[in-house]
Amino acid sequence: MRQKLVYLKETPSQTAGPYVHIGLAPGAAGFEIYEQELGWDIAGPNARGERIRVEGVVTDGTGSPVKDVLLEAWQANSDGIYAHPEHTGEVEDGFRGWGRVITDFETGEWGLDTVKPGPVMGRGDQMMAPHINLWIVARGINVGLNTRIYFDDEAAANAADPVLNVIEWERRRATLIARRALRDGLAVYRFDIRLQGEDETVFFDI
Amino acid sequence: MIKPPLQGDFYQRDRRWHPPALSQEYKTSVTRSPQFPLISLENTVSEITGPAFGHNDINATDNDLLSNFAQPGGSPIGERIIVHGRVLDENARPVPNTLVEIWQANASGRYRHKKDTYLGALDPNFGGCGRTLTDENGCYHFRTVKPGAYPWRNRVNDWRPAHIHVSVFGTGFAQRLITQLYFEGDPLIARCPIVNTIPDPEAVEMLVARLDINATIPLDTIAYRFDIVLRGRRSTMFENRMEGN
Repeated sequence: MRQKLVYLKETPSQTAGPYVHIGLAPGAAGFEIYEQELGWDIAGPNARGERIRVEGVVTDGTGSPVKDVLLEAWQANSDGIYAHPEHTGEVEDGFRGWGRVITDFETGEWGLDTVKPGPVMGRGDQMMAPHINLWIVARGINVGLNTRIYFDDEAAANAADPVLNVIEWERRRATLIARRALRDGLAVYRFDIRLQGEDETVFFDI
Repeated sequence: MIKPPLQGDFYQRDRRWHPPALSQEYKTSVTRSPQFPLISLENTVSEITGPAFGHNDINATDNDLLSNFAQPGGSPIGERIIVHGRVLDENARPVPNTLVEIWQANASGRYRHKKDTYLGALDPNFGGCGRTLTDENGCYHFRTVKPGAYPWRNRVNDWRPAHIHVSVFGTGFAQRLITQLYFEGDPLIARCPIVNTIPDPEAVEMLVARLDINATIPLDTIAYRFDIVLRGRRSTMFENRMEGN
């Protein structure tokens, strides 16, 4: 008898829809239910490194802000270590490296407060520049979109980054570089995401 | 001694199995779908790792939507159901201790959300969200009411089949998944433009929870079974080291 391969198929994705907040951020939907919501504190109180804020708007193919988007961030600490058993090294007590942000329902602006991650060793011992991994879901997005935030004050590291260098179209790499400014002494990076059209953000199939 | 194989990269996602970004019938996707191809990335530690959650993050009763928003002595209106199943990977191995979050409309098809203005009444005893961690065998369960169908603005007369939104993590950020659970026998499934973003009917079947009569509680609650499959990982046998770690 012919041998069978017993792999399962992945469950197919469906859009998160417009009411994603009910499940993942019920306070934003307009009610209190959980003792604690998850993902509002990415770095925790003990994280070393520079405190930063990253802000932006997600826009659609018409240039309009996407106001019902939810983003999740996943990042290493300032030493380049992920809070995960498969990554060697310790992170600070309370550092999770994961966060969830939603937009202002009126403007579409979102912002995440964290620490700037350190460089992380990539494949083949090639160092990756500091980056925050993003996963984006919303009504009208059928499969969550993956991208990365890099930082414009890391020009040398970015130039050597093995992931940015996979992007054949050099001018598209700029869509992944957040721009730094100072606001009341805090480093605030601007990272707008364009789902479609001119300067469409690079999304990855990871 | 033979060492157990290390865990390597995740199997590539089958993009013909998932819905494409652009689906004309699901109108919102038209302007929210990237037009450039996705850039294919071999897994690095950034994709292989992901957040972990524990019992300190949630309450044990968060998975009971019949009670987690009910007023004292109250109970939501609707068909009382159990939704249960396992979270597995493509290697058919259980995914233990992973966070499963759900959200849904109430029995009249109304969401407890400041942006939902549907005529269906809010239920003072129903919030509409729950969360739980899978156990060591990958099993999870929720208690809730069966959500109602509701109309939505796409074409003039589109109705969503009864559904529950499901969010799952796995162990790596590359496994992150949101999907929707439908109910066996619902005639609206085949008519739904969101369901129909999925090209393969076999893939749609994976989203249809089955009546599980053996798991019902007699005289109390009907049960539906819904297994979830996340991406699996290669074994790195015959490799000296795992790249990216």
